Amino acid sequence: MKRRSLLAATAATAVVAPLGLARAQGAKTKFVFWHAMAGALGDEVGNICKGFNAAQTAYEIEPIFKGSYPETLTAAIAAWRAGQAPHLVQMFEVGTGSMLAAGPAVKQVWQLAAETGVALDPASYIGGVRGYYSLSDGRMASMPFNSSTAVMWYNKDVFEKAGLDPAKPPTTWNEVIAACRAIKAKAAAAIPMTTAWPTWVHFEQYAAMHDLEFATKSNGFDGLDTELKINTAPFVKHLNRLLDMSKEGLFKYGGRDNAAEPLFISGEAAIGFTSSAARAAITRDGKFKAGAALLPTDPEVNPNPINSVIGGASLWTMTAPNRSAAEYKAVATFLQYIGQPDQDAHWHQVSGYVPVTFAGYELSKKQGFYEKSPGTDIPITQLARGKLTANSKGFRLGRMVELRNIIQEEFEKALQGQQTAQIALDSAVARGNKVLREFEKSART
Amino acid sequence: MERRTIFAGWVLPVCLVAPQLLLTVFFFLWPAAQAMWFSLVRQDAFGIRTEFVGFENFADLFADPLYLDSALRTVVFCTAVAGLAMGTALLLAVFADREIRGRAIYRTLLIWPYAVAPAIAAVLWVLLLNPQIGVVAHALKSVGVLWDYKLNDTQAMIVVILASAWKQVSYNFIFFLAGLQSIPKTVIEAARMDGARGWRRFRTITIPLLAPTIFFLVVVNIVYAAFDTFATIQALTHGGPGKATETLMLKVYRDGLINLDLGSSSAQSVILMVAVVVLTGLQFRFIGRRNAE
Repeated sequence: MKRRSLLAATAATAVVAPLGLARAQGAKTKFVFWHAMAGALGDEVGNICKGFNAAQTAYEIEPIFKGSYPETLTAAIAAWRAGQAPHLVQMFEVGTGSMLAAGPAVKQVWQLAAETGVALDPASYIGGVRGYYSLSDGRMASMPFNSSTAVMWYNKDVFEKAGLDPAKPPTTWNEVIAACRAIKAKAAAAIPMTTAWPTWVHFEQYAAMHDLEFATKSNGFDGLDTELKINTAPFVKHLNRLLDMSKEGLFKYGGRDNAAEPLFISGEAAIGFTSSAARAAITRDGKFKAGAALLPTDPEVNPNPINSVIGGASLWTMTAPNRSAAEYKAVATFLQYIGQPDQDAHWHQVSGYVPVTFAGYELSKKQGFYEKSPGTDIPITQLARGKLTANSKGFRLGRMVELRNIIQEEFEKALQGQQTAQIALDSAVARGNKVLREFEKSART
Repeated sequence: MERRTIFAGWVLPVCLVAPQLLLTVFFFLWPAAQAMWFSLVRQDAFGIRTEFVGFENFADLFADPLYLDSALRTVVFCTAVAGLAMGTALLLAVFADREIRGRAIYRTLLIWPYAVAPAIAAVLWVLLLNPQIGVVAHALKSVGVLWDYKLNDTQAMIVVILASAWKQVSYNFIFFLAGLQSIPKTVIEAARMDGARGWRRFRTITIPLLAPTIFFLVVVNIVYAAFDTFATIQALTHGGPGKATETLMLKVYRDGLINLDLGSSSAQSVILMVAVVVLTGLQFRFIGRRNAE
């Protein structure tokens, strides 16, 4: 009942946008862009849109902030059901599976390019980014926009206090444990280590980098009949490691999703795992020297770690009844605009997201960005490491938000000592597979 | 005697009733009907593929141990919130009903929390109880309590019960105070003259005369705890750690808006709707009978 009224309310707000659109129907074709970028990043999105409006005279984009990623997804779905979907919507990476199953609700990038004649070349986008948002035959479904990856942030001041070398962050999990013990022994920080995005960092990235199967069928890329595999030995080993660290007082669980980020930014935690896109917040609010480093790996699981996967979001073109060809062309033109090297390089440099095009990366290099701000190329290095495999391409699982929550819940129960790592992961797999079967049924009927 | 206004035609009454009826239809009946329909189908999030599955969504729910856990948890939560909120309110009302200096000020202050939005209330509680920055948390730690409600089921439950109950104390307080004031002073005086002391007077006179108020508040508080505490719990714990504070209402939200499983979420809504109907029916029956007596 509550849900109904929420959906109705979002649908009602959706009605307002096209009204404004009809009123301003002059020479310019107006179109609406829903995004989920708050704060400084939201301002940057506004700047990009202003730049686009100033750069040409035919089209006008109107960016609208719609709240968090899940809220934006829900709003977009409600709006589409009411026939009032925005032209363009920013969708987080884990919503990709749901959007791909959305059929007539979206116009995939390859379709949009073919219909409007606006060139949108997949080859100009960096493989690791493009792959996440493409069909298995290489056609792009959505447009890469803000991509990040998880990195290990560490407090250089604390490292110095603990007698560790700030220039040499730990690279393996054994080194991390040793560093945490040193920090604890010297009481250099209240909390040696914490982590944001527990599932993303310690299961998804861990699986990709160690080339472990997260789910069957190439993590869902090859079919909806996929099953989770995260209760195998390497995952149990890692979860046990975290549980042991927690018992020893080396690791402090800071909550779900990005709830733990403030622990690092406030200087309480010496090591914090989170997105590379946290850079803006860390440099603005952190009162210490912070360093970004590659995520630690476990050489016993895999001595040659490969690439991590991206997080962040992409842009989806949505459909609505009576939407004109001119409007779709306007959207395509905007997508082409943000893929230009100078636009991509600028967005990358101000936001902490990685460049999504090769040209944007090259331009940033030429501008000397990586020498000026050391550490900003860490996520790129990590994303490009080794050879892409079926396990490191990304995740194409339906209802992935729910899967992440399930894993977090079982993790929390294990941290309280209510269950062992093996039982936690067995139960996560059993619950997760049930969700995957439900999604399979709903996507097939 | 019953007073009744007789309208000459039917146009004016219809016009007068229509706005309310329309609101009810659009904002209550129509969504409720939709929820009932959705509870019988399996549908993808976008509503592109719809398949009628009968009562499968309900069967799945009742076969799901997590749902039954959540139901049990909700019962515990509601009982605790209603008990705590009503107990505290009654205690405060009894004291505020006495002849004391500045009574009006106490009463006004006690009613204030009712005006605080649930999410804001939750933020205030976070500031008090947050394991890192909370004042209360620091105090607890200094006496040796390992306080971390983000990672302790029992503590998390205590936190959401406290925050939810606190919100409802004001409301209960108003009703109890009004109830106490409507008890004839002569009855109490008579009891006093017969030698009944404080607790005995309270038990044998105040409580029975307050019974209608108490029953009304029990229903209201249970409905409040079950349906209106969503914002508080969501802001405090998101239903965690694990599922320790996930009540039925939170599960409806999570399954519907986050997990986009409309069928299951609607089925849960329908079950909750039935629960409200039963509770309201009980209340009407009971209060109706009392009035008829």
